[in-house]
Parts: sequence; structure tokens; C-alpha cells
Amino acid sequence: LRAGKGLSLCPLSQPCPAPPVPAVLKKRLVKLVVNFLFYFRTDEAEPIGALLLEHCKITKEEENVFSISFIEEPERKYCFECATEEQCQEWVEALRRASYEFLRRSLIFYRNEIQKMTGKVSESLQGPAQVSLMALGASRG
Amino acid sequence: MKLNERSVAHYATCDSPADHTGFLRKRVERHHHHGTSYQRRWFVLKGNLLFYFEERESREPMGLVVLEGCTVELCEAAEEFAFAIRFDDAGARAYVLVADGQAAMEAWVKALSRASFDYMRLVVRELEKQLEEASKSLAACRKSPRRSSSSGRKRHLSNPALQPLQEKPTTLENGYSTWSSGGCVTGGATCPDHDGGQTKPPPLPPRRRSAASSATGSPAPGLSPAMLESPVPPETICFSKLHNWYGQEIAVLRREWQERQKRGHP
Repeated sequence: LRAGKGLSLCPLSQPCPAPPVPAVLKKRLVKLVVNFLFYFRTDEAEPIGALLLEHCKITKEEENVFSISFIEEPERKYCFECATEEQCQEWVEALRRASYEFLRRSLIFYRNEIQKMTGKVSESLQGPAQVSLMALGASRG
Repeated sequence: MKLNERSVAHYATCDSPADHTGFLRKRVERHHHHGTSYQRRWFVLKGNLLFYFEERESREPMGLVVLEGCTVELCEAAEEFAFAIRFDDAGARAYVLVADGQAAMEAWVKALSRASFDYMRLVVRELEKQLEEASKSLAACRKSPRRSSSSGRKRHLSNPALQPLQEKPTTLENGYSTWSSGGCVTGGATCPDHDGGQTKPPPLPPRRRSAASSATGSPAPGLSPAMLESPVPPETICFSKLHNWYGQEIAVLRREWQERQKRGHP
């Protein structure tokens, strides 16, 4: 694995249920690598698991806590508790920008802005195929 | 290793647009098998993820290849139209895939080569820089004299840099950057002609136009034509130069006015 951003968090190992159940916090090392959030036991080199961060929602919960939920199962939340509120904000921001879909939207945005400003379609490195089609769709719509 | 499989499967099968899809034959990797066999699978590329399904109609992917830290290359398999996805990590297995034909193979190799998150990030950063540069040069051009059909003389003395940023970029093409005989600056009721690369000097401002009839305003005999035809093209005029140029104009006009006052003209 290439090194990504690594911070130590204490995730809840199970989804936050509605009835109050004493939450079990397990300390994990969490690493954001491209659009995956890997988590490790603190003394192990191999990750226990990963979360693909596409079509997900990052929610700031109470102090020091944020959650990740996915579009097809919105009530199931993966909760994470950070050491400080500042760290929590950092994670929320980083995770919101971590999806490939986010990059794709950014690319379309910049291309449109450049075109508006210069009247030219940017001749940058060619992006993935679907981006061109989506951009066309955007201008038609 | 655990994965949020349900979410992954959902992402693979939902109707968000795929970057590339198609049938490919995937080489079966068996350690103790001496022969090579291939299995036809339905492949879906979304972002940096290559999913494959047993059938096109399958509701869940069979497998997933994360396209990070890998290269895509044509490979010299016994099969025609074969290519391989190989990872920098030598321990990781390679994926040998076979397309239906030359065009399909080329399309897949192209799509897969650009699929990594890192590559996408590179493209976005490049565009970010381009946008920054574009807005900088736009701001620089704004410092140069601006002509607009409704402006009077006063307007040109105001700070052009305060122009609203939403002005259409087409104004840049509106003759500003094509003036070779220069001048510019003076405001006109009329915009420059749109003939490409105009060679004649820009039209005079309204006051001077009517000077010919001498009915209104002060005549401008003292104003040498050379002053109207600044050799400096608009886009290179920096703000201070602009003020100097205006300043000269004003100085001449004031002188004329003072002369007239002395002579007792109203």
C-alpha cells in the first residue's frame, strides 16, 4: 500500500443503533488511501478492512465524532471518534474530498470555468472518457 | 480483509455512468494447472475500479480490481488482442485480459491507463493551475484600457481593475488584443470595428468627433495625432502607463482651455 494520510482514531466497531446500547470503542489506525479508508489494529501491518468511499455521506456528529454512511443503507453509520475536535474537522474535510466522483465533478467544474473565462476548451491532460460525456450533458442541460 | 461489500456492490451495479464496459476474456490463474484457460466475463470500469461479473445481467460483481499503482500493457500471450494489468507490487498477481478485436483492445488499454485516482488528481490539479493562470491574465488585461459602447470620457479615468469580473471573455477578443496601431484608451461611443486585426487607429471619442463642426466642445488642434496612436498595444499597458497617457491628454486639453480663457472665449 502506498502511504496515505494516517491518523489514529477510535472507531466504533458496530453501527450506531437507535436504542441506547453501550458503545464499544475499538482503537484502530485509520489510513485514507485514494478513495479507500483502511483500518488496522494498532500493532498490525495488514489492514483488517477497508471502506470504499463512493456514494457515501460524511456527517459531523457530536464533539470529536464523525460518521460515514452509504447511500443504499443510510441508517447504518460507521462512527469514528477522534482525539480532538480539530482532528475531527480535518477528517471530515479529507473524507468528503476523497471520492473519485468528487474529483470527476471538480474536473468538470474547472473545465467549465476555464471555458467561460477564456472561451477555449482546456487542452490539458485528457481525463477519463466519461468526463467528456458528462460535460456534454451538462452543457446541453 | 473486510470490505463494505454491500456498498461496493451497489456502486458497481447502480446506474451511475461507467467509464467503459464490455466483455473480456480473463485468464484463469491456477497454480497447478499446466494449461491456460480463459473465462468470458462482463467488465465494468467506474473510476479507478474495474469490476467483473459472471454474466452481464448478474446482480453482484464477482470481483474487483483496484487500479492504483499499476501499469497496463500489451502482452505477448498466445492469444491475440491480449493485454495485462500489472502491479508495482511484485507480489500481486497480474490480470491478463483478452479483447474481441484490435479496436476493443485499444479502447480498453486507453481507458484503463487513465483510470487511476492519482491520474485524475493530476488532471484536476493541472486544470486548477490553468484556471488560476487564466484569471490572472484576465485581471492583467483588465488593467489595460477598456472600451465600451456606453462609456463617456469620465469612465476611462476610473480604475479599470474595478470592472466586474463577470464580464464576458469575448470582450478580450473585441479588438483589444488585435490593435497593432495601438491607441486604445480613449473612450468612444463606438466600439472598434470588428474586422480582424484592424490597422486604422481607433475612432475618436465623441467630443473630438464633433470638434470638426466646432460647434461643441473644444477643438483639438493641439492634440497631435501621434498621441491618439500610442505604440503600446493595450494588453501590455500597465496601469501607471495608462494614467500617464491619460494624463498627457488631460494636460493638453487643460492648456487649450486655459488658452481660450485668456483669449476671452466662453
